[in-house]
Amino acid sequence: MIKLENINKTYFGAQPLHVLKGINLDVTEGELVSIMGASGSGKSTLLNILGILDNYDEGDYYLAGKLVKNLSENQAAEFRNKLIGFIFQSFNLIPFKTALENVALPLFYQGVNRKKRNTMAMEYLERFGLKDWAEHYPNELSGGQKQRVSIARALVTSPKIILADEPTGALDSKTSAEVMQILREVNATGITMVIVTHERGIANLTRKIVHLKDGIIESIEENDPDKMDFTKEIK
Amino acid sequence: MFDIDNINEIWQTIARNKTRSLLTAFGVFWGIFILVILLACGNGFDNGLRSQIEGFATNSTFLITTPTTEAYKGYQKGRNWDVNMSDIEAIEKKIKGVDKVSPIFSQWTYNGENNVFYGTKGGNFSLKGVIPNYNEIDRCKVLYGRFINETDIVEARKVCVLGKKAYEDIIGTDKNPLGLMIKANGIYYHVVGVIEAYNNKVSISGSINETIILPLTTMQIAYNTGDKFDFFMFTTARGYNTKDLQTEVKNLLRERHDISPTDEGAFVCFDFEEMFTMFEYLFLGIKILIWIVGIGTLLSGVVGVSNIMLVTIKERTREIGVRRALGAKPSIIIRQVMAESLLLTILAGIVGLVLGVAIMAVVSGFVGNTPSDDVMFLDPQIGFGAAIAASIIVMLSGLLAGVLPAIRAIQIKAIDAIREE
Repeated sequence: MIKLENINKTYFGAQPLHVLKGINLDVTEGELVSIMGASGSGKSTLLNILGILDNYDEGDYYLAGKLVKNLSENQAAEFRNKLIGFIFQSFNLIPFKTALENVALPLFYQGVNRKKRNTMAMEYLERFGLKDWAEHYPNELSGGQKQRVSIARALVTSPKIILADEPTGALDSKTSAEVMQILREVNATGITMVIVTHERGIANLTRKIVHLKDGIIESIEENDPDKMDFTKEIK
Repeated sequence: MFDIDNINEIWQTIARNKTRSLLTAFGVFWGIFILVILLACGNGFDNGLRSQIEGFATNSTFLITTPTTEAYKGYQKGRNWDVNMSDIEAIEKKIKGVDKVSPIFSQWTYNGENNVFYGTKGGNFSLKGVIPNYNEIDRCKVLYGRFINETDIVEARKVCVLGKKAYEDIIGTDKNPLGLMIKANGIYYHVVGVIEAYNNKVSISGSINETIILPLTTMQIAYNTGDKFDFFMFTTARGYNTKDLQTEVKNLLRERHDISPTDEGAFVCFDFEEMFTMFEYLFLGIKILIWIVGIGTLLSGVVGVSNIMLVTIKERTREIGVRRALGAKPSIIIRQVMAESLLLTILAGIVGLVLGVAIMAVVSGFVGNTPSDDVMFLDPQIGFGAAIAASIIVMLSGLLAGVLPAIRAIQIKAIDAIREE
């Protein structure tokens, strides 16, 4: 599903910063992968590249068999819209839209008509137990609810992969556990998922843990989350 | 571009910050409002001034003889001379481009004593001897009967046409004047018509309303002046230059009356066309000024919209970034920003336009739309064309206001949304 070959990325500032120094990574379909690393290890940059939010300088990135390189803004937008679902640490819901409108937004950009859009969005909200909150605005929702709305938003376009950037970073441990449970369930339906985190407890819930250090992959750890009692381990 | 979803998207962002949207829109509203008011006032003055010169042929020249100023062919300078009927014929025959020539015999009212009577009621009015085509140069409304006609001239009939005021003063509006006999400077005339001037500001030798019009030939006999008269007017045919015609007419008259070819002082020539052209330039100047001031005001409104939108875009960096991450193409972002500014501007513009037109309609109701002597302000409303132009300007300014914010908005990358600050 994801294939990275010798990805290099340098930020050219006053002092050129070589952030990613040759990343090689394969993520097969349906995998649940976490990327761990200290701040500055390049994990956010890697996620940006995976999410086609940023360019890379060298190497090749294949997403669902397609080479993602030197895309125009329009192509990138289309790839993001169709192939990738994003989950952010701070949810990034649009504050003046209701939960339903937020979930429906990616479909709006696909040109899906209003009725179908709202029906689909409602289905996803229902799936995450938010049916009664559909007409509420983000500031009327709890952190866990917000993250569930944003998961619904990420899934509504039926993407190939879900990229989650510290999805539990703004949540307490109990809610974190709930959200992780949801993500695992989503993964269980066959959607590939990459989670960036710096919390070991979160990483332990994934099958593959990629350790990133100073722009290179230090190690890839195989993990069996089912052996973990995640409610205790999580923090 | 304006389907229901897009409108919703746009409306949400506008309605989210009502006060700011309102203040922003006010600039544009005010610009259009002022433009409409100014245009309407300009039209009011334009109409007012035009009503004052209505009915008068604007391509006419008035020529009166004065004593010669140069000695020539044995004549002393300072010689009095007059134009006569054969001069008129010669001008009509020899000078191409002269449309109508109208000789005028004028008897000014002197010493203010009553000189015109109907029965015992009298008034002080000037007399004017004309031929029928006078009414084509200084047009009048015929209230009763008719104007002087060709038969009156040929037969030198003792008939007269009364100016409106003369009729009201000596006969009275309660009486049909036709067929009555009036006495003017001691001679009786049959009244065949009553006329009223379209305007009271432009006239030849006194307002037509206070004049008794006689056939030229009748007057020449009555005052024993042969075929002479005081002055004449001529109009320029379409496609000819009035100044050239004046020179030709003067040269012809010099030749016919033994006046030095270089003697300019033997005539007084009054060029109405020149005067009216000046008027036209004045109107044009006012109009240009109005558009400059109006559009200037509007432009400052547009800058206001643009400025506020720039701030808004900056505040919405994260939102726009999220939209980009969710798959909004740059064109969608541009469209949304442009549409926001367009909608805001158009709404404000329509309100300004409607309010401006409404207010001027009320003002127009007070001022009225019939000409009067002392009001130089008439029917101050903007025309359909100007309203359309204003609407188009509103739309263009809406687009203009959106350009900078839209450029700023597409510079926001999806990655900006994710950056935790």
